[in-house]
Amino acid sequence: MTAGTGIRVSEPPSHPAPRKLAGPRFRPGESAFRLLLLCCLAVGIIFLGVLITYVLVEAWPRLDSRLWENFPSIRRPERAGAQSAIFGTIWVIAFTALFCLPTGIMAAIYLEEYADQNRWYNRMIELNIQNLAAVPSIIYGILGLGLLARELSLGTTVLTASLTLSLLVLPVVIIASREAIRAVPQSIRQASLALGATQWQTIWRQVLPAAVPGIATGSILALSRAIGEAAPLLLLGAVTYVAFNPEGLESAYTVLPIQIFGWISQSREEFHHLAAAGIVILLAILLLMNAAAIWLRNRFSKRW
Amino acid sequence: MTSPTLKAPAGAGPRSLRRAKPRYGERVIQGLLLVAALVSVATTVGIVVSLIPPTVDFFERVSVAEFLGGTEWTALFSTPEYGVLPLLGATMLITVIALAVAVPVGLGAAIYLSEYADRRVRAALKPALEVLAGVPTVVYGFFALSFVTPRLREWWPGGGTGPDFQNALSAGLVMGVMIIPTIASLSEDAMAAVPDSLRDGAYALGSGKRIVSVRVVVPAALSGIVAACVLGISRAIGETMIVAIASGLTATLTVNPLEAMQTMTGFIAQAGQGDVPVQSFEYKTIFAVGALLFVITFVMNVISIRLVRKYREVYE
Repeated sequence: MTAGTGIRVSEPPSHPAPRKLAGPRFRPGESAFRLLLLCCLAVGIIFLGVLITYVLVEAWPRLDSRLWENFPSIRRPERAGAQSAIFGTIWVIAFTALFCLPTGIMAAIYLEEYADQNRWYNRMIELNIQNLAAVPSIIYGILGLGLLARELSLGTTVLTASLTLSLLVLPVVIIASREAIRAVPQSIRQASLALGATQWQTIWRQVLPAAVPGIATGSILALSRAIGEAAPLLLLGAVTYVAFNPEGLESAYTVLPIQIFGWISQSREEFHHLAAAGIVILLAILLLMNAAAIWLRNRFSKRW
Repeated sequence: MTSPTLKAPAGAGPRSLRRAKPRYGERVIQGLLLVAALVSVATTVGIVVSLIPPTVDFFERVSVAEFLGGTEWTALFSTPEYGVLPLLGATMLITVIALAVAVPVGLGAAIYLSEYADRRVRAALKPALEVLAGVPTVVYGFFALSFVTPRLREWWPGGGTGPDFQNALSAGLVMGVMIIPTIASLSEDAMAAVPDSLRDGAYALGSGKRIVSVRVVVPAALSGIVAACVLGISRAIGETMIVAIASGLTATLTVNPLEAMQTMTGFIAQAGQGDVPVQSFEYKTIFAVGALLFVITFVMNVISIRLVRKYREVYE
């Protein structure tokens, strides 16, 4: 308290009646705000609905067996199909899975179970993965073109495409697997170690089996990202009108998103419907994979 | 590992807890796992190594000032000009349009999911948003070109001819929707990390839910929200298929979003299709534009990662 200049006896404050703690029942501001937020959510969901409806309607005239029985053709759109693209996608994704899943899961085990966070190189690996996850996919295309296709002279083949896509989704696999491994409680590791198991025995017999559902879910989602990816493969020679299915790693190829892109760039009406039909197939594959991931998550996930 | 050297007395006495013999198998496994983790580092090194030599070659013929200051981009024409500003301008314009859609909508969705929705609603709505993030970008491009653009042209309220057949506006709008899940889900994570004590304090002072959300939760989660937005910018800059399909193949320096324009990614996609001979200057141009794109997105990513770190440190 400072010096009391001009002391005045303050009048006792007039006591108003205590206000009710409950506010007015209807608050327009609150309701309007809530409605606004709901609209924000609706934007995305309505957009998705319109997109799917539009694609289905446009695809309808071409959604028949021609699509998977015939090969792409630029001269006779009414007989064109996407068989080589469907098989190309299967080839490329199978090898992508073969390359990126073991590497990604191993890297995740290292980072979660072995890496000492105080070492600069482990922190660098981690930062690096976070950055790679946000590098534009077309940059991976440039990497594949410059390093794999040209320097290592692998050419524009199924092998180059699947290696490039593996590197592209590797960060996703690592991040998802790490989360699954981290979710396994420490007590299980400690119990195993206390019983005399070595660190690797603990990981192989206790941690990994417990983390498999999470890892599988993350892996499926990562692969579904690879399936939809077109930008890097544009640079890697995925040609649009391939009239044969891939026969090996050295084979030329096309994939569904690239085939769709090729059809979109054609101006004739028939190609527009073909593009939509191709999109329906692509979305159907993705939906199946997502459903599998959700089923895995619900069926096998454990609450600790 | 430096384990203390316990000298057990010879003969009787408790056995040392130290492991009996070195386990070479364990060491080998750890080494293999480290190699797998290093693949990611090799990827970054690979990107840099594959970008640098052609880019250096490029700048031997085109000066840096000409590249960064030139207003004419006709790299694939017979009389080429290499001023990157039209590509950069188009990238920025489309990014701004996309962010103008994605930031408010994504943030609103995040506030609803984090502050208003009960657990069942959230469990139903979050996967729907994730589906939006899983739609391939070539599908978004198709939708922008053959649905959004025709609707824009139909409904254009007079004045001029309306949007071109390919234009930056529809590409930007659709890209905005594509980025909503990125911003919504990262912002929601940041908001969920805000401790309840802050909310309770605000409620105790008589605030309603709206005030708590806008004045307490959002400011407290701000660095996370900004990180989400920066990541959104990075995705918008790097997105290729939507702009390659819907925004056009002619590099024009303009701020009119109704015109067709080509972005950096759009140019790379256009020039890189087919077999480009390694010795050609075209090939080197792809890498020069790619290097610029990589540097820009790299800076964005580093900013975003740093911001995320910051808010984690505060509340965890």
